[in-house]
Amino acid sequence: MTLDPIGGLPLRAKVASSVSRTAAALSRAAGRGDGSVIGGWLGLKIDPELLRHLSAGRRVALVSGTNGKTTTTRLTAAAMGVLGEVATNSLGANMPTGHTSALARAGHTPYAVLEVDEHYLSRVIAATDPVAVALLNLSRDQLDRAKEVAMMATLWRDAVADRDTHVVANADDPMVVFAARGARHVTWVASGQRWHEDSWVCPACGSHIERSDGDWRCAGCDLRRPVPQWTVEADVVVDPAGGRHPITLQLPGRVNRANAATALAVAAQFGVDPAKAAPLLARVASIAGRYATVERDGRTVRLLLAKNPAGWLEAFDMAEPAPTLLAINARDPDGLDTSWLYDVDFSPLHGRRVLITGDRAMDLAVRLEVNEIAFEHVSSFGRALAAVPPGRLEVIANYTAFQDIRAELNRVN
Amino acid sequence: MSTNGPRHSAVGRLGEDAGTESALRIVWLCPDLLSTYGDRGNMLILARRAYVRGIPVETIEVRSDQAVPQHGDIYLLGGGEDGPQALAAQRLNANQGLHRALERGATALVVCAGYQLVGTTFFAKGEKCAGLGLLDLHSDRGPTRAVGEVAGTAEAALGLPTLTGFENHGGRTHLGPGLTPLARVTAGVGNDGTTEGVWRGKLIGTYMHGPVLARNPALADLLISWAVGSTVDAIDDTWPAKLRSERLAAVRATVRAARL
Repeated sequence: MTLDPIGGLPLRAKVASSVSRTAAALSRAAGRGDGSVIGGWLGLKIDPELLRHLSAGRRVALVSGTNGKTTTTRLTAAAMGVLGEVATNSLGANMPTGHTSALARAGHTPYAVLEVDEHYLSRVIAATDPVAVALLNLSRDQLDRAKEVAMMATLWRDAVADRDTHVVANADDPMVVFAARGARHVTWVASGQRWHEDSWVCPACGSHIERSDGDWRCAGCDLRRPVPQWTVEADVVVDPAGGRHPITLQLPGRVNRANAATALAVAAQFGVDPAKAAPLLARVASIAGRYATVERDGRTVRLLLAKNPAGWLEAFDMAEPAPTLLAINARDPDGLDTSWLYDVDFSPLHGRRVLITGDRAMDLAVRLEVNEIAFEHVSSFGRALAAVPPGRLEVIANYTAFQDIRAELNRVN
Repeated sequence: MSTNGPRHSAVGRLGEDAGTESALRIVWLCPDLLSTYGDRGNMLILARRAYVRGIPVETIEVRSDQAVPQHGDIYLLGGGEDGPQALAAQRLNANQGLHRALERGATALVVCAGYQLVGTTFFAKGEKCAGLGLLDLHSDRGPTRAVGEVAGTAEAALGLPTLTGFENHGGRTHLGPGLTPLARVTAGVGNDGTTEGVWRGKLIGTYMHGPVLARNPALADLLISWAVGSTVDAIDDTWPAKLRSERLAAVRATVRAARL
């Protein structure tokens, strides 16, 4: 059955969809936001089934995980572009309201790739009946409100069990493997896991996860690293048939090459030839300011977003050896507790010039002193810019600190 | 595949004689289960504050399935979720190593879930669980989850300045008649809205994260002085002092706003 995604909607859904798009346009026009949430919120008020209706007739891929989901969604949408038009919530509005807005705004598209907040995955799978779901990783994030990591893995497991949805999952994260291994169809990707602190204990049996040379297994039960079908060797993604696809990305870091492998593996579930899709990934530049490079006052500023300890480790891998500004806030979207700073080992920053700023720069100052890393405190992003010589400035910031700096750079994308 | 023993690290600058018989041994218990709120920080801060004074230091991380070493000077237990907390209680009770270490007078800092653990009972996943029974205190469920900044006036005999931290717990803790709280609460909830934490002998229990020793360097020095048996010299605490004054000012602003 092919349903026209808008024309074929029941009347209530049509009204809801139309109101949703109008509200989003009004919100943008009023300068109150990008409209990606308000429109969907109104639409869902009018028709709670709107997301289901808007998904019917589209072939959908979902992307979820603690880190990398915005980037992987963008990469997957690029890969799927081989097939035709793709609807996507590329602004990072990753809850059902954002999905509803994205689909209503996109109108008729045969495909959709949606980033999903990990807490909402079960609901969104039920509403969109996706062809494929990518499970990237699970780690601690905003502890004063987020669910325990093992609890989240259990919710994911239940969400993907007993369905024909194809799961594309990270073979290197024990929590993800625990969630995915019960699914009917799984493709494993060797995406790597730099952060191990949330997966020492087996979520299935409570025994210890033992690791060596990139392999891992549970000491007490049969949970172990599955043999991955997709792997990454330096700048080459290797597909299940052994096909080698050179990946040239504008995005830094090994983790983004792994995200590219996941994107190609998801697209392959829709029949996309990875050899055709791989070159398209190079077109993906920055995403809502993430990885953006901006010229300002003779300085080349690059923005890296790091929202949690695992994200900080990845950012250190990406940051070039240049003066580096670290910015930390602890407002509601960041989580109010800064204790996580001690879960991050800042020693990769040894030997470079480090500047610090943000609402909670003093917490960071004490942390860096314990880590024996010299630093300078500056009162603003502008002061940091003035303090460093012309050339590169790497900026690593958590969520609201990142948005503050992005605002100072005229909301760079 | 992995190493089987506890993870030992000598702490100190090159050429210093750390890891010897005379080193201050800091033992962090159950980092695999109770390390949810930056608890590694308390170990790192104790280690650094000792070695900048020339005290050789060894840190020892002991997973919950490993035996608790008996030669430690300072034992640490951190925070965690319900499931891991209950598992830690079972394993520490089965091992009894922490019990023996404290009986012979070792120093200890226990935080949040770790603090509840040292009592007689606590609640996890809706069930009453047996604690380690090291102190006459017990924890139950409070009416609300206590999340936010906490501050308190420390027990006078400890000679500490105002304590500051961040709390995030659903439990309330009740001290037996023979026990002294660590502090009187001036902001936040702590044990029960009135008192916070516990102090007995060389053991400190608290709900405060931050980590607590990042925000309260004097408490870190008190633990070190208990462990080495003498007071320690002052060190440069410019940045911790700035952090403290900023956090205490933020708490005062919140308390003022609540009164308006």
